[in-house]
Amino acid sequence: MSRQYLIRRLLLVIPAMLGISVLLYTVLALAPGDPFSELAANPAVPPEVAQALRTKFGLDDPVWIRYWRWLIAMLHGEWGFSFQSRMDVDRLIMQRLPTTLIVIGAAQLLAILVALPVGVLAGTRPYSIFDQIANTLAFVGFSLPTFFTGLLLILVFSIQLDWLPFVYRADIDATGWRFYWEHIKQSIMPVMVLGLFQGASLVRYVRSSVLDVVRLDYVTTARAKGIGERKVISRHVVRNALIPVVTLVALQMPIVFGGAIVTEQIFRVPGIGSLLISAMLANDTPVIMAVTFVFSCLVVLCNLIADVLYAWLDPRIAFR
Amino acid sequence: MAETLLDIRGLKTWFKTDDGMVRAVDGVDLRIERGETVGVVGESGCGKTVTARSVLKLIDMPPGRFEDGQILWQGRDLIPLPQDEMNKVRAREIAIVFQEPMTSLNPVYTVGDQIAEVIAQHQKLNKKQALEGAAEMLRLVNIPNPQRRIHDYPHQFSGGMRQRVMIAMALSCRPKLLIADEPTTALDVTIQAQILELMQEMKERFGMAIMLITHAMGVVAETCQRVTVMYAGKVVEEAPVRELFGSPRHPYTQGLIRSIPRVDRAATHKERLEAIPGTVPSLLEPPPGCRFAARCRFVTEVCTRAMPTMKEVSPGHFVRCVL
Ligand SMILES: Nc1ncnc2c1ncn2[C@@H]1O[C@H](COP(=O)(O)OP(=O)(O)OP(=O)(O)O)[C@@H](O)[C@H]1O
Ligand SMILES: [Mg+2]
Repeated sequence: MSRQYLIRRLLLVIPAMLGISVLLYTVLALAPGDPFSELAANPAVPPEVAQALRTKFGLDDPVWIRYWRWLIAMLHGEWGFSFQSRMDVDRLIMQRLPTTLIVIGAAQLLAILVALPVGVLAGTRPYSIFDQIANTLAFVGFSLPTFFTGLLLILVFSIQLDWLPFVYRADIDATGWRFYWEHIKQSIMPVMVLGLFQGASLVRYVRSSVLDVVRLDYVTTARAKGIGERKVISRHVVRNALIPVVTLVALQMPIVFGGAIVTEQIFRVPGIGSLLISAMLANDTPVIMAVTFVFSCLVVLCNLIADVLYAWLDPRIAFR
Repeated sequence: MAETLLDIRGLKTWFKTDDGMVRAVDGVDLRIERGETVGVVGESGCGKTVTARSVLKLIDMPPGRFEDGQILWQGRDLIPLPQDEMNKVRAREIAIVFQEPMTSLNPVYTVGDQIAEVIAQHQKLNKKQALEGAAEMLRLVNIPNPQRRIHDYPHQFSGGMRQRVMIAMALSCRPKLLIADEPTTALDVTIQAQILELMQEMKERFGMAIMLITHAMGVVAETCQRVTVMYAGKVVEEAPVRELFGSPRHPYTQGLIRSIPRVDRAATHKERLEAIPGTVPSLLEPPPGCRFAARCRFVTEVCTRAMPTMKEVSPGHFVRCVL
């Protein structure tokens, strides 16, 4: 992979992030309601006071001026102030982000660990019993929405069996291995729900991609080398089959984050997804803006990783 | 009497499809002696590729199946051989070059790595030595700058160059037999001649036998010692090359030879290129009798009743025809 390709990719991130922030800011500014609309509706606050506050915070300035102010502040590392939580937005996000990243990361890892071997095995033995079972399960997993499987798991493992807690707690009062054990226990269900949902669609991608690759001429060439079927599959089929899968996974990232928001709500995981929802309910614009922007950053970052992976898997790309 | 390397006896490779059993190879006999070049000719779809791939057991099963027959490699039948034993025959004893150089190499590895892979597999060498071997092979097939080119990817090579790479890869373990399945069909004419010349040169150097599958009768006349003519999954004629071109016995072979374009004669005699009328019959449940009967100008009533047997009309010249 050439360094030039990498630099070009990295440079593209800047206009992408700027564009996204303009779009997000404008949409949020056009949406009805802001942190002060409640103030206006409150009869205890005189309208002059409310108006003075609005002017002080510059809420009635034109959108582009407000955006410019926001951008400059962002570049200085000032993310704004949450009217609802009465604290700086960046602190709020740093409190919540690690939980979300751990849950999403673990779920993606689970999805990949399940989907890769299952998809490759199913794709190399099409229409075998294994393939049919894998296909059916993938179809089921892929069709059931996460809120359904989430509630189902809670019903079985928390309410019926009472094995796992169904509320995720950030403040576990334990130390040492018990602290980690409690964390693992409460992460199991959200990670399973998200991971298996992701894994189900991934299995289908991997399988069909493997099916496309195994019948190509160079795989026959590889077989004719006498290197054995395992090496043929691992060296000449899997790597080539992953090329389109990487793109699909990257394109799916917004859906993954959307799914994470829903899952965080179900299990009451105190991540940035639930932060976003409570901020929306409270019209806490700075937080909404910051969280959506963080989500966008994560999506852009995932795409960047996908581009790098893609170029590493397929040397033809980096030469363009 | 030379040593027989490959002796295919009554091979039947069938494919199970939704429409029924496709009898792609339906009782083929083929023999290759050490160091000789045998041409396999016949129209598109007559089963040449399936025969070639059967020898290395590169047929997808299912849908394919060895219905009957033997593939004797130096006296040992390959058909019942387990995978790991078969892998010791592949590339080391029998190597293959395919028709499509553009798709036969894996796009994500350098050509050096791909050649080194086969060298490392069969000759207990480490990666560095194998790469040196790869560069040496590229030099042998006349690719300039081999030390640098081993680090290039297939898309950086032209079609003709890729076919050279394929030949280099095939010969890197010094096989006793090279199966070349229409190695020049996908290339343009000037490159075709170069590749054939290269194969001839490699043969003189390494002394391997070649099974050359081709449509071009002219190529057969120039390079082969013996020729096997296939029609609809069966061998219809087999003869030394001079004998076949001098006195072809099967009407199908006669048609093939007449269809060779003759630059020297066409202009003066206003002869037209003679194509064989009709098309290859379906290989699904073929009717009894000679498969060429429907297109044969000498067809008689006996032809449609039973499949004629192979008979020896002169030493080494066999034909499957009642005439
Ligand atoms: N996997 C398969 N499934 C079903 N039928 C097949 C399969 N592979 C080959 N065949 C059939 O076997 C027959 C012989 O094919 P083959 O490729 O051997 O012909 P060929 O003589 O090499 O032709 P060409 O000159 O075009 O390369 C064809 O009718 C083809 O349809
Ligand atoms: Mg063919």
